[in-house]
Amino acid sequence: MDSYNAPESTPSASSRPEDYFIGATPLQKRLESVRKQSSFIPTPPRRKIPQCSQLQEDVDPQKVAFLLHKQWTLYSLTPLYKFSYSNLKEYSRHLNAFIVAEKQKGLAVEVGEDFNIKVIFSTLLGMKGTQRDPEAFLVQILSKSQLPSENREDKVLWTGWFCCIFGDSLLETVSEDFTCLPLFLANGAESNTAIIGTWFQKTFDCYFSPLAINAFNLSWMAAMWTACKMDHYVATTEFLWSVPCSPQSLDISFAIHPEDAKALWDSVHKTPGEVTQEEVDLFMDCLYSHFHRHFKIHLSATRLVRVSTSVASAHTDGKIKILCHKYLIGVLAYLTELAIFQIE
Amino acid sequence: MSVLRPLDKLPGLNTATILLVGTEDALLQQLADSMLKEDCASELKVHLAKSLPLPSSVNRPRIDLIVFVVNLHSKYSLQNTEESLRHVDASFFLGKVCFLATGAGRESHCSIHRHTVVKLAHTYQSPLLYCDLEAGLQWCNHGSLQTRAPGLK
Repeated sequence: MDSYNAPESTPSASSRPEDYFIGATPLQKRLESVRKQSSFIPTPPRRKIPQCSQLQEDVDPQKVAFLLHKQWTLYSLTPLYKFSYSNLKEYSRHLNAFIVAEKQKGLAVEVGEDFNIKVIFSTLLGMKGTQRDPEAFLVQILSKSQLPSENREDKVLWTGWFCCIFGDSLLETVSEDFTCLPLFLANGAESNTAIIGTWFQKTFDCYFSPLAINAFNLSWMAAMWTACKMDHYVATTEFLWSVPCSPQSLDISFAIHPEDAKALWDSVHKTPGEVTQEEVDLFMDCLYSHFHRHFKIHLSATRLVRVSTSVASAHTDGKIKILCHKYLIGVLAYLTELAIFQIE
Repeated sequence: MSVLRPLDKLPGLNTATILLVGTEDALLQQLADSMLKEDCASELKVHLAKSLPLPSSVNRPRIDLIVFVVNLHSKYSLQNTEESLRHVDASFFLGKVCFLATGAGRESHCSIHRHTVVKLAHTYQSPLLYCDLEAGLQWCNHGSLQTRAPGLK
């Protein structure tokens, strides 16, 4: 689109970040006074910066280490009907039989396929926000080793886990027969995810749907994760934008030193312990104006598709990788909120 | 800096002029084309502008309606709209301004929360309509525009 190459004739976004402080507040003050009279307009959300919740202390870092540094595909899941934590062994057996049956349907092609698989259901202790949240549980498909030697470890082919962190808004609306675990994360072959999804849907009358994360939520994640206090940073803070142009879309990647990002966030942040919509917008606008000053490209006209920080990285297609166990619960809490919103 | 005023010119005989303000040229063009194809009691003129203020050198008829087109996929279009609103006289907002939000259907592409435009329309006491101009590009050939329920209070 040639409109982006033309020099800006109208005084649009000013390039100095300080101007946003001056420009933002009078408008916000006016809006606040208008809003006081008519309160049916929903107020912008405020969210807590993910802190280490006290329940996190119960979680053994060793036990959840396998959840970190893996790319998970996100799905939202409606409540499970008549699911019981005491029947996990039975579910393992049923699911094992189901998978073998499904795989044998396509037997003509894959004769040498390894059918020695083992399905394990297990609970993940401590992966919850409040005591009301149901226990998270994990499903793993392991390949039974053919060799009869003693020190062989079963190879994990596929992992999926269900959890609910601070899911109060959903828990209040469902009856006793239902177990609410709205967030499902899967790692492994897509075919296995499909088979397991079918089994769960048939057995517990629930519905999976892929959880996409839009640019608005990605910018919230960027702000919240930059706000997290870290002892040392393991990755640079990186953003990826997709420019809608024909014939092929263009990708713009912007990497910042994580300490610079934190410094920028600290200068924007006002209320301790809370993140507001204005702060998120201001944080992103500072990045956009900095980029515009150097490259004359309006990033605000493009679509944010990926955010990567030292805490976690997320892609708009619903893929997430968590890098820091300290803020694991915080990241999952926000994802649970998105999943619940999608269900409702 | 010229400000658009609603009554600074005489009205044209049996004509109505609509000004579409928005950043996405292709969408505005398609919207204008489809509007002109519709049957109108009086003669309809559509002007397109990327942003306000309009250049004062051009001789143009009196603007009867301003439509601000906000693309929910692009924060830039919202910022552009907010900047342009400063160049509109307050008396325009007595029914001669309308906000059109496009792209709400593709939730995964949205950069702006729907509440932001609702708040904007509420602040300026003007109606807000949702539409899907990208899908509407296929409908333009049939002369109709796909619109959703208006987002009024």
